[in-house]
Amino acid sequence: MHDQAYTAPTAAELEELDRTWDSPPGLLGWFSHVNHRSIGRRFIVTAFIFFLLGGIQALLMRLQLAVPENTLIDPDTYRQLFTMHGTTMMFFFAVPVMEGFGMYLVPLMIGTRDMAFPRMNAFGYYVYLIAGVVLYGAFFLGMAPDAGWFSYTPLAERQFSPGLRVDFWATMVTFIEVSALVAAVEMIVTIFRQRAPGMTLNRMPLFVWAILVMSFMIIFAMPPLMIGSVMLALDRTVGMQFFVAGGGGDPLLWQHVFWFFGHPEVYIIFIPALGMVSSIIIAFTRRPIFGYTALVLALVATGILGFGLWVHHMYAAGLPQLGMSFFTAASMLIAIPSGVQIFCWIATLWDGRLVFRTPLLFVLGFLVIFVAGGLTGVMVASVPFDLQVHDTFFIVAHLHYVLIGGAVFPLFGGVYYWFPKMTGRMLSERLGRWNFWTLAIGFNLTFFPMHQLGLEGMPRRVYTYVDGLGWNGMNMAATLGAVLIAVSVTLFLVNVAVSLRRGAIAGNDPWEADSLEWTAESPPRNYNFHPIPSVAGLYPRWDTRAGRMTPPVLGLRNDVREVLVTDPLDAEPDYKSVLPHPSYAPLILAFACTVAFLGAVYDVRWVPVGGVLAFFAMVYWNWPGTVERTPPWKEAGRGER
Amino acid sequence: MILDLYLLFLGVAVLVMLGVVITIGLALFRRGRTPVDGDPPAEGEPGKFRAVAGATLATGFILLVLLVSSAYVGQVTSREPGQDERPITVNVIGHQWWWEFRYIDDQPSRTFVTANELHIPVGRPVILRMTSRDVIHSFWVPNLHGKIDLMAGRTNTLRIRADEPGEYRGQCAEFCGLQHAKMAFVVVALPEEEFDGWVEESLRPAAEPGTELAQQGREVFLESQCSLCHTVRGTGAWGTIAPDLTRIGSRRTLAAGTVPNNRGTLAAWILDPQHIKPGNFMPATQLPPDRLHALVAYLEGLR
Repeated sequence: MHDQAYTAPTAAELEELDRTWDSPPGLLGWFSHVNHRSIGRRFIVTAFIFFLLGGIQALLMRLQLAVPENTLIDPDTYRQLFTMHGTTMMFFFAVPVMEGFGMYLVPLMIGTRDMAFPRMNAFGYYVYLIAGVVLYGAFFLGMAPDAGWFSYTPLAERQFSPGLRVDFWATMVTFIEVSALVAAVEMIVTIFRQRAPGMTLNRMPLFVWAILVMSFMIIFAMPPLMIGSVMLALDRTVGMQFFVAGGGGDPLLWQHVFWFFGHPEVYIIFIPALGMVSSIIIAFTRRPIFGYTALVLALVATGILGFGLWVHHMYAAGLPQLGMSFFTAASMLIAIPSGVQIFCWIATLWDGRLVFRTPLLFVLGFLVIFVAGGLTGVMVASVPFDLQVHDTFFIVAHLHYVLIGGAVFPLFGGVYYWFPKMTGRMLSERLGRWNFWTLAIGFNLTFFPMHQLGLEGMPRRVYTYVDGLGWNGMNMAATLGAVLIAVSVTLFLVNVAVSLRRGAIAGNDPWEADSLEWTAESPPRNYNFHPIPSVAGLYPRWDTRAGRMTPPVLGLRNDVREVLVTDPLDAEPDYKSVLPHPSYAPLILAFACTVAFLGAVYDVRWVPVGGVLAFFAMVYWNWPGTVERTPPWKEAGRGER
Repeated sequence: MILDLYLLFLGVAVLVMLGVVITIGLALFRRGRTPVDGDPPAEGEPGKFRAVAGATLATGFILLVLLVSSAYVGQVTSREPGQDERPITVNVIGHQWWWEFRYIDDQPSRTFVTANELHIPVGRPVILRMTSRDVIHSFWVPNLHGKIDLMAGRTNTLRIRADEPGEYRGQCAEFCGLQHAKMAFVVVALPEEEFDGWVEESLRPAAEPGTELAQQGREVFLESQCSLCHTVRGTGAWGTIAPDLTRIGSRRTLAAGTVPNNRGTLAAWILDPQHIKPGNFMPATQLPPDRLHALVAYLEGLR
């Protein structure tokens, strides 16, 4: 392909290509989109809406805990609030938002026009949206789950949690895992098979590596939870006894299954954030990153070690001492890859020519807060120490340090960094700084006192506490901090709303960054790239800017959705593949699955009904000729060039 | 021991934190803020490699020290007490949302039951054998030891020892449903002779009503629904699904640490327990004022 004489594409060619990859207009057309940027943006926006909902729940809880013996929120509402807060933030915000960024950015970073299975993408989004809407529908009808985001048995069994509340939790959590699995498969295939020629594995951007590790973790971590939550649903609906001690089951089994998922889940959220940190550090230090190989190995090591830690959530369950000390060792071991990454980033900053813009501020905030959270993580890995602070506010502090510090700070940095690429406009730098400082101060004011509260004996998940234990001042400080966080998030929303209309025009590469997405237009045209770039180094955009040109890849048709498939290791071109055009099939299949899952809340006999409907939806999805044909509403193409 | 371990971890954490923050600070202000257009510099020099590798090795070494000290403390604090230390054994049973304590003795006649207040002798090890009647609870007295879960179908053991007499507050640490927040208890550590006296008193049947009013109160107690769930040893009340009331008059609090125990709160609790602790399993009892008055007088006398 490289031999062909290259002439710059004409405007007419680009116009045709743009139409080929265009998504149908209008509200009705919206439901048939399959483009990775369209779907990725939906994931991100929807996840932020859930972030706001979860944040409002947190704020209400903090208001309740501001003073002792408060009666603002009754205990029944309170337990629904903290269950929904945990469930929302873990399942409906953190994982989907990372998937959304992955979907949007990965094809742009590896130089391709769409993901491998665009319709699966769309299907995953509808599943996610429906699961969230159903769960919140139940919440507003007063039927929100109330047994905690961990739903420990036997509390979550029908005997102690009658009604449909926990059924909604079990089925909707299973449902949303379908969405995560679909996205993971999609991303692995795209990353392995659609990289631009020359982008060998060791030239892949660290963010893409992070998404790859995250996707593999999803594939190994989510099925255990799905099986667990299905078993719980069976216990509750058809009277199985998987987790019932009296019936020969074992409530501890649930804890093992849940945490075998639950601990990797933390890393599923956190690893893509590490990828964002690396991207931002490279762009804002204006130098190659220190220790690329070490960083990649650290990501992979974290992904593997993350599966060997789950028992440290169960130290108080009465397991044998010797067995637990292995998990202490494993939990401490994970500090090493985390440490390696921190050291490499600091070494990069040390030699970098720093550009102090908002994304870098958020990354610096991440470094400090995450190190603090990591250190308390080492502390709670110790069994005797953890037995003191387990299930107290110390753990609440620790987990928010690693999750907000480790994932939300990089995420905000990532939004400030990639917003220009996604919208074509810059976010306001002034509001961005206010956003950062209010968040950093509010965050520490909220969560730092919680360490001491936990050490002084305040348990988690209590709707109130008695006066006279010396906890009042710290609780009030935490509540004030939470209000400040709310102010910060409001500033962020204002910034987004204003900048969407009046932000400075970004241009293709506002940050003079290193990776391929900055060679595309802002926002990218429907086809992302034309011609497809080829890659000769780790920092292709910098290579181009320095005049080290690489040959363009030609030979893809303009009238059909063709992408180039390359081989997994060396990204040598293999063949061309035609992607499907927009379709309503994903939406229909998602509805069919909803019949099965939502029906199961009420009566398991709905499951086969949904299965039959899903069968017909899949037939429609795969109907011969509807998949790869040029969409009928397009003008006829010009044929092979 | 655990405090020493905490201080070790805390010291290391503070040092590492300072080290990282100072290094980041130095990295930030080492160079000017003027970015230079054009080619970025080449890959890092060997000197930086040594610094990063050294920091990684140091991390590994620090973790090893922490791991060994953690395992050592774990070993020491979970040691079985020897017979010469004369341990006493108490079975702890968790309920939604109160604590049952059964004092175990080799002679069956010397076992007795109480609730929400655990009396222990100073200086002697206490072996607590934990289980649950319903969901998972977790027994935790921050100033005595770490916590352990109570689970139906399992018996977990925790050993505590109080070295100073006094009252130690404890609370359920595992989310156990609606009133998890109000499932507290108190550990009362008594000097050995006082503890022995307390045990002898607890072994006796309930105190006889001292006044005529209390006498009527006992009749009210036995005639109404109270005795279906509660036990008062030596009377016809032997319900077992709610706290034993044989010495209710001597307890410091009502409803597992929810309100202080006095005449007013006792009467309010009997009339409308759902107002004080919503969702608990005690039903309201409708009593005319004179009968309530008598009942409270009786319960107060159960010391």
